[in-house]
Amino acid sequence: MTTVLNAVTAVLFPAGAAFCLLGALGLLRFPDTTSRLHAAAKAQTLGLLLVLVGAAAQMPGRHAPVLLLVALFQLFTAPISSQIIGRTAYRTAGLDRDLLLRDELADRLVRDGIPLPGHDRPQRDDDAER
Amino acid sequence: MTILYGATLAVIAAAGLLTLLRLVRGPLALDRIMALDVLVTMTIAATAVGAVARDDTTAIPVLVVLALLAFIGSVTAAHLVEKREGMR
Repeated sequence: MTTVLNAVTAVLFPAGAAFCLLGALGLLRFPDTTSRLHAAAKAQTLGLLLVLVGAAAQMPGRHAPVLLLVALFQLFTAPISSQIIGRTAYRTAGLDRDLLLRDELADRLVRDGIPLPGHDRPQRDDDAER
Repeated sequence: MTILYGATLAVIAAAGLLTLLRLVRGPLALDRIMALDVLVTMTIAATAVGAVARDDTTAIPVLVVLALLAFIGSVTAAHLVEKREGMR
């Protein structure tokens, strides 16, 4: 039993850590906020989930529900915060429209006569100047 | 197993450093918010690995607190950014 649990941890810990590293790499290298969001979500959900399952395999059984709670909470909240950050990015300067193949929301906004957001915004976070 | 825990922690720490670089670089406030969110997630993962490595489960409740904090923090900050940009 212990051997099986050790094997589970030995597989899941490196896998989770690798997802964290790949997510961080994507966060660093991707060109705009929305594409970085995509990489960040991998580290936030898969990376953490794999590590938590690996940790649960090594702990006394009574700690498993707490880890499950953390995993479930992360699974429920990561899409919500991603969606809110993505929406804010769309409405502000976080979206590089030249990289898009298709922007269906913009088609709709143009059809409804709503001005497209994010065209006259400054490209940098200029907190220091305000 | 000790080597495995050490290696896992090292990889997560490297990922955290890369995320920190994005946090410093920005360029938008949104990027920083996102980087902080990911950084807290990596802290949760590292704390879990550390708890297993030291065979010490005192830090487990902290994971729940961190998970809650990361979510509330990033959502609130993103709302603030949206409000601030909208006022211009």
